Amino acid sequence: MTDLVQQDVRTQETRAMSVTATKSRYQSAEFSDRLRRRYAAERRFRLAGMAAVGIASLMLVVLLGSIVGKGYTAFWQTQIRLEVTLDKTQVEEGNYMPVLRQALYAVVPEVTDRAGRRSLNELLSSGAPYQLEAMVKANPSIVGTKQTVWVLADDEVDQFMKGFIRRDVPESERRLNDIKIGALDKLAAAGAVKSAFNTTLFTAGDSREPEQAGIWGAIVGSFLTLVVTMLLSVPIGIAAAVYLEEFAPKNRWTDLIEVNINNLAAVPSIIFGLLGLAVFLGFFGMPRSAPLVGGLVMALMTLPVIIIASRVALKAVPPSIREAALGVGASPLQTVAHHVLPLAMPGILTGTIIGMARALGETAPLLMIGMVAFIVDIPHGLTDSATALPVQIYMWADSPERAFTERTSAAILVLLAFLILMNGLAVFLRKKFERRW
Amino acid sequence: MSVQTQFPTASAPLRSATGGPLLKMVARDVKVFYGAKQALKGIDLEIQENRVMALIGPSGCGKSTFLRCLNRMNDTIENCRVEGLIALDGEDVYGHAIDAVQLRARVGMVFQKPNPFPKSIYDNIAYGPRIHGIATHRDELDEIVQTSLERAGLWNEVKDRLREPGTGLSGGQQQRLCIARAIAVSPEVILMDEPCSALDPIATAHIEELIDELRENYTIVIVTHNMQQAARVSQKTAFFHLGEMVECDDTEEIFTNPRDERTQGYITGRYG
Ligand SMILES: Nc1ncnc2c1ncn2[C@@H]1O[C@H](COP(=O)(O)OP(=O)(O)O)[C@@H](O)[C@H]1O
Ligand SMILES: [Mg+2]
Repeated sequence: MTDLVQQDVRTQETRAMSVTATKSRYQSAEFSDRLRRRYAAERRFRLAGMAAVGIASLMLVVLLGSIVGKGYTAFWQTQIRLEVTLDKTQVEEGNYMPVLRQALYAVVPEVTDRAGRRSLNELLSSGAPYQLEAMVKANPSIVGTKQTVWVLADDEVDQFMKGFIRRDVPESERRLNDIKIGALDKLAAAGAVKSAFNTTLFTAGDSREPEQAGIWGAIVGSFLTLVVTMLLSVPIGIAAAVYLEEFAPKNRWTDLIEVNINNLAAVPSIIFGLLGLAVFLGFFGMPRSAPLVGGLVMALMTLPVIIIASRVALKAVPPSIREAALGVGASPLQTVAHHVLPLAMPGILTGTIIGMARALGETAPLLMIGMVAFIVDIPHGLTDSATALPVQIYMWADSPERAFTERTSAAILVLLAFLILMNGLAVFLRKKFERRW
Repeated sequence: MSVQTQFPTASAPLRSATGGPLLKMVARDVKVFYGAKQALKGIDLEIQENRVMALIGPSGCGKSTFLRCLNRMNDTIENCRVEGLIALDGEDVYGHAIDAVQLRARVGMVFQKPNPFPKSIYDNIAYGPRIHGIATHRDELDEIVQTSLERAGLWNEVKDRLREPGTGLSGGQQQRLCIARAIAVSPEVILMDEPCSALDPIATAHIEELIDELRENYTIVIVTHNMQQAARVSQKTAFFHLGEMVECDDTEEIFTNPRDERTQGYITGRYG
């Protein structure tokens, strides 16, 4: 027994000795040094990668932070409570503004001079009488009675209440004079000033007055434009990709077409706008500022993106699937329709949605075809004058009022939300239909 | 692609000059070019009905190319050109009488790598019959699926999970699924291109048994790199070398008494 064990130990020793004797180059000091350097290089690379990701994330946080920081106040809007007497004759003549003003004067009876009263007038939004009118229309029985109403404050009042106009500045340099501030203090003390959710922002079209301006018109304009874009570019783009990838002979012509499609995808969007201006407006005489034309231009711009993405998705379908289908006697069209296209669909949809998201965020081509106009009405059809969300942002960013600055940021947030939603949908679709074969 | 046929209305004999069994497929002076490169240099071959013909030869000698001519799978390859005559039941398959889609329904194919559709087992089998309108009713289709799977020796293993994806089966099961899929459209000829090269020995044995059983109803052409396999499953063997068909004879003859020294060299393992 012990003999056996000893023998075993001995064989192990000899084995170990023979290993050291023929020490391979992979065990040499030089090699381990090389190995160490390889690992060090890998660590450096990882650190560099992490730093890059860190910097990118930081910039994103700064960007989003500044937009949110500037924009979140726009979701609230100051309102003023007034005790109005709905005098019958004034209502019948449609003089709602005097009704509101009388109520306001009653709050600060000490201000009696013309200039002071004009200051008081400026506390209310020019949209306030329409609110009152709507109330009366909805419930005519209140005519002749006393009512408590909350009406929109002027945008400067709103900015003052949000603290963007400071009261410790000399009156001459302040946007709100002492009379206004005095009246507001009195109203606030009586609980007659409140900050309410800014529904106007989501229901109204554009306006010269910030407190009456909204993005709904722009959202509808963007939606109509995108509908046209999608209806045109998706079927045409997929059909073109399927033809080029699955049916077209590979020759000089298809090579030329391929090069051109790739080039088109890189053409600056404003060029497409100029094209739209020249062709759709100039040659075909289509209406200016119309979502129809915007959609056509965006479709031209999105087509190459969709074609390229679809071709990539089609290429990724393994040829063995095509052979399998052809092998049981499917025609080439059946092969594509029953097998290749369904497998490529997630990729195609992802590309399409990303193309659509790009179209949604695009401004330049719309400027060229007149979708940059000041449009108050909500568009109802493809040929109505309309603007789009990014163009609305562009226009508001140009406005001097402080209240438009915060609305610009708010509109950017809404646009970002839509873009995130669309890209999220693309990721979701890709994950859901991802297949391995 | 452009297919050039020298004899657009040509036809081939249904029996060989010496009599014997019916000739299911006949190849006469088949030349294939990939662009300027010639892959087949005039192949003459007769494939007998209800027999298994094995094609052997070193890699790159054109076995797959020849096989793919038999059901015009080469049509899908860009700049592939086929010359010569290939006949099915005496009719030129590149002629006007036979359409490529129709031909592939009559001459089925099993590929080297199992390639089930990423669909359910049931749909894998039912796809062919559906597009060819072989089955109109649900129960007819069910029956085709069952008999095809039974013939492929897969029914007992999958009968409880016909709705599960065919890609979830093991490699050997997938290949039998592909054979069942080929059988489901009731072809006359089944072409198999190294059907076992991706399979383990047990799965290979399964498929070999299956091929032997299928011979009763189908004509089979199989490409293989495995000499034993060729010897086990085939009655006729053709040896290909550098784009030429060197010799074709009864399998026993080829393996025991090859006439050409290249054949002898290959089967004794001197090169390949
Ligand atoms: N699609 C193709 N394009 C160009 N050449 C090909 C193609 N397929 C096969 N070949 C060439 O044809 C010859 C025969 O190939 P193949 O039939 O696949 O041989 P085997 O199946 O006997 O290994 C090879 O030289 C190969 O390189
Ligand atoms: Mg091959």
